[in-house]
Amino acid sequence: MKNPTADEAQAQLESHLLEIIQWHFSPETGSPFWLDWAKKAGWDPRAEIQSVADLKKFPHFQDEWLRDMQPEVWVPKAYNGRPFNIFETGGTTGMPKQRIGWEDYKTDYSEFSNKISDEHFPRNHFWLMMGPTGPRRLRLAIEHLANVRGSACYFIDLDPRWVKRLILNKQFDQAKAYMDHVVDQAATILKHRKVSGLFTTPKLLEALAERVDLWDSGIRGVFCGGTTMLPQYVRFIVEEILENRIGFYPTYGNTLMGLAASVPLTPEDQFSISYYAPQPRAILRVVDPNDTDRTVEYDTWGRVELTTLTKEFFMPRFLERDEALRRKPRGQYAWDGVAEVRPFGAMEKNIVEGVY
Amino acid sequence: MSALPHLPVLRRGKPYESLDKTEVLDHRTGQVVATVSQVNAGILKKDMRLIGEARAALKKFTVAELVDISSKAGELFLRGTLPLGDKGHQQSAEDYVKTLSGTSGLPHVMVRRNMEKIHYALTHVATVLNGLTRGLPMEVIDRGFGEQSGAAVSYYPTTQALGLVMPSNSPAVNSLWLPAIALKTPVIIKPGREEPWTPYRLIQSFIAAGAPAEAFGFYPTDHEGSAEVLKICGRALLFGDANTVAQYRDNPKFSVHGPGFSKVLIGEDCIENWREYIDVIAASISDNGGRSCVNASAVVVPRYGAEIADALAQKLGPIEPLTPEDEGAKLSGFANPKMADFIDAAIEDGLKTSGAEDVTAKYRGGPRRVVFAGGVYLRATIIRCDSFAHPLANREYLCPYASVVEVPQAEMLEKIGPSLVVTAITKDPCLTEQLLASSLIERLNLGPVSTMKISWDQPHEGNMFEFLYKRRSIERAW
Repeated sequence: MKNPTADEAQAQLESHLLEIIQWHFSPETGSPFWLDWAKKAGWDPRAEIQSVADLKKFPHFQDEWLRDMQPEVWVPKAYNGRPFNIFETGGTTGMPKQRIGWEDYKTDYSEFSNKISDEHFPRNHFWLMMGPTGPRRLRLAIEHLANVRGSACYFIDLDPRWVKRLILNKQFDQAKAYMDHVVDQAATILKHRKVSGLFTTPKLLEALAERVDLWDSGIRGVFCGGTTMLPQYVRFIVEEILENRIGFYPTYGNTLMGLAASVPLTPEDQFSISYYAPQPRAILRVVDPNDTDRTVEYDTWGRVELTTLTKEFFMPRFLERDEALRRKPRGQYAWDGVAEVRPFGAMEKNIVEGVY
Repeated sequence: MSALPHLPVLRRGKPYESLDKTEVLDHRTGQVVATVSQVNAGILKKDMRLIGEARAALKKFTVAELVDISSKAGELFLRGTLPLGDKGHQQSAEDYVKTLSGTSGLPHVMVRRNMEKIHYALTHVATVLNGLTRGLPMEVIDRGFGEQSGAAVSYYPTTQALGLVMPSNSPAVNSLWLPAIALKTPVIIKPGREEPWTPYRLIQSFIAAGAPAEAFGFYPTDHEGSAEVLKICGRALLFGDANTVAQYRDNPKFSVHGPGFSKVLIGEDCIENWREYIDVIAASISDNGGRSCVNASAVVVPRYGAEIADALAQKLGPIEPLTPEDEGAKLSGFANPKMADFIDAAIEDGLKTSGAEDVTAKYRGGPRRVVFAGGVYLRATIIRCDSFAHPLANREYLCPYASVVEVPQAEMLEKIGPSLVVTAITKDPCLTEQLLASSLIERLNLGPVSTMKISWDQPHEGNMFEFLYKRRSIERAW
């Protein structure tokens, strides 16, 4: 398939944006939350949002809304009566952020299936997911991805909230024991079952590779995400853990966005991974943290801002708790990317990421 | 060739350039002198799976051959021009002196003295091994069994590799691991952040002298990586402050090297002649910039505490920083100025507790912490304490520092606590007998001998042979 030009991609995004704004702010189709919001805001986005540049008229999306509101306020009227999935975000403790959904995850991961090779993820075979399952979108998404490729998936759960609590309480022995428990289960599956595709987090991947020879266990492709992967660590995974022979597909994403795939690494990248949002369904910007209207220059650091634009969920200008380098459009992606994603403020303070 | 040297990681001797690098800076100018590749704990874990290959490479040699190689390495270390990193740079002995001085703050004269210590240790490995093994024929190590003094003996290695988490404060501490190579034990070295030079040059010296490169691991890494070195090596040397080493002290897997709390004691029988010993006491406190664990940090006397403190202060207090090239330089700069600030603040804080006086203050004519030619220095400090219970009485700092405390002779041994080196100036047979029987003293000097004097064939801080080899009972039918 021919890659879109920058103009084509922009045109597609503009038209998609207008459709989504119409959808969420029309009484016939919109959700109670956004219809109420527009009433209180005193302006009609359907009239005033005519281009992507106009998105700046929205304030930053407040993630507290996803904690404080009942999930049904996000149901677009057009979806009334359809049971929905409730997905929760990563490793935070306390009342979690919740996003509802129906088909978005299938759309994202069906599209992603076209970006992974049959050599690394053979069709009609078996996968293993070792990582946060539970109330996360990721669990269903991975299974869907395997299914799309004619495969089935084994699951080993890891509760990142518990790991985070252990680390914050300095119960490192307990955290290690829990991680061993998780890896033990994965090693057992690999020993007794045929598995070729693996989804996990980088730290768990490292721990699993200490226990089993991944290649000899049948693993041919690893799809990884969930935490910081700086260039030397990526190199460590590619060269030392996967020994340059198991395919590596790092991704950046979360329950609110979906999945930003990475472009295949070239020697010039020096193992710096660039991720691209699934535009037009999501837009990633790297913004100046002190002036979030301003996008930073290419190859400089800024805070990640996410806008999600689907009929199931509209979330304008959410400031992620991540910072990244802004990257130029590349390959099949005719829009900006983000690279070397790490927790926002990572240079100034230690941030607990645990194994997630 | 790039302008700056780059020290790669050495993975079983093979250079590995990481994407993560730290910079080593000149302590005075802040100028970057070299970059050093850093790796994570995962790479260490992976490499340890093949450590048997490193050991096998050393096992091809006899101990006698490795002793020869060590000796050649000593000459090369002291005088040779050796590869510095993987970008085509070479390092002469004089380059090493200048570079190490620039980044560590040690004056040239002290770097040279440290070089000579290392040179001596390498060129006397046979003597050292003889001392450590009490005359064991080296063929016993080669064959795994043999005879010693008519008795059957067999020794087996306790580890596949010796782990080393090195400090940055004094290059001569590297002498401690040197016999490991002749004892066929590969080394996994995590260098000090500000002192990668000495271990790197030593490794290059060994390789140039004919040792197999596979025997050497050089892994600049972070805290997690340091912990991994200690975890994955069957035996490890660990350097650090009292808190760091405390958690490892009782584990036979580790040989810990923390503060020495070395001391000079004067007995009742010699105290009237205290003036005769001021020079040796002052040297014990201040040689090598006061940076060694064998530097005296307390002077314990039955009487004349005030007079002795004053005499030491008169001698050491006026010492000022000099340029690194000055042959008379006696103070070291701090590669990390925050360390100097911390020490200065800790001493000042201690002085707030009554019963202590900084006797050097009046002879310094200025503050303890000084900036000279862009470098940060701490000047000599002699604290007169009225009791051994004072917080400053039994402390050790990375500068010429000592307390002077009066303690009745009968109470000295119970008060001094664990001491790496004790120089006891006494001829009293009763006190001598008590000192010889004390389990708290690692090395004992009887008479006016500097605490800085060490004998390589007499281990003062653990026996490397007994650390790396264990005896087993053996019976052979053929």
